[in-house]
Amino acid sequence: MKIMVNGAATEVRAGTLAQALDELGYGEAKVATAVNESFVSTAARGQTALEPGDRVEIVAPRQGG
Amino acid sequence: MRLYGTDIASRLMLGTAQYPSPAVLAEAFRRSGAGIATVSVRREAGGERAGAAFWDLVRGLGVRVLPNTAGCHSVREAVTTAQMARELFDTPWIKLEVIGHADTLQPDPFGLVETARILADDGFQVFPYTTEDVVLAGRLLDAGCEVLMPWGAPIGTGLGLTNLYGLRTLRAQFPGVPMVVDAGLGLPSQAAMAMELGYDAVLLNTAVAKAGDPAAMAEGFARAVEAGRLAFAADPMEPRDMAAPSTPVLGQAFLE
Repeated sequence: MKIMVNGAATEVRAGTLAQALDELGYGEAKVATAVNESFVSTAARGQTALEPGDRVEIVAPRQGG
Repeated sequence: MRLYGTDIASRLMLGTAQYPSPAVLAEAFRRSGAGIATVSVRREAGGERAGAAFWDLVRGLGVRVLPNTAGCHSVREAVTTAQMARELFDTPWIKLEVIGHADTLQPDPFGLVETARILADDGFQVFPYTTEDVVLAGRLLDAGCEVLMPWGAPIGTGLGLTNLYGLRTLRAQFPGVPMVVDAGLGLPSQAAMAMELGYDAVLLNTAVAKAGDPAAMAEGFARAVEAGRLAFAADPMEPRDMAAPSTPVLGQAFLE
């Protein structure tokens, strides 16, 4: 199915957010996630089912002021 | 200085953005003596691992991190960003920015108060980036904020304290509340002035990161912050309009 990952249309086979992160190469990366503008904790990713068109945001620590 | 129950030795807080290199960033922090570093969260691609490299750098600084919600314009966006930052950086601290105006990056006072309340109720310790408005400050305290961070001038301008009257009034209205002048500072003298007004700390980024020699500027700010704090604590003299000789008049030789 097609979902949006960080603003880009992306084809995934994954059924859950945790599976999508694995499939997209995040592995053990230090990232935080949101689906459709709502925060999804690391612990909840395995139970978070994805639907076509879902908007997934994946962020990591960065420089800031 | 005590912020949300945590004692912080330095009254200078420093941002981590815009340095020419990670090595220059680390050296600037070393010479600043800063005890708090602001950081952000941004999109990461699969396999990129830039976040892990930056996180290692920040951990090496030996400072507390204060994640921000920079660039957020809505309540929803700011809340979600804060929740992601809390998990990533493992801290309840959040520098809350809810921007209301594109050219000045002025806070949206209505969205700021609403977001501050949601986050405080959710256990966050909120450091709101605000203006010098005393009514807004009162609302933020009512919402659960225990620290206020009024701007000196718009972010990145280096204009210094553009509303001295407003900042003096705000300081006087809430004497027991820790307050940090955040944003708009360009020179150490401006940081010293903020401290002389009785502000507890200053937070800056661009003035150091964009200086020709960021590490030297960081040390300059550190000394200015210390000088300003000493002056505030030393109870400065009252200014007066007419001259008053400092050398004794009595005993002067009569040579006319």
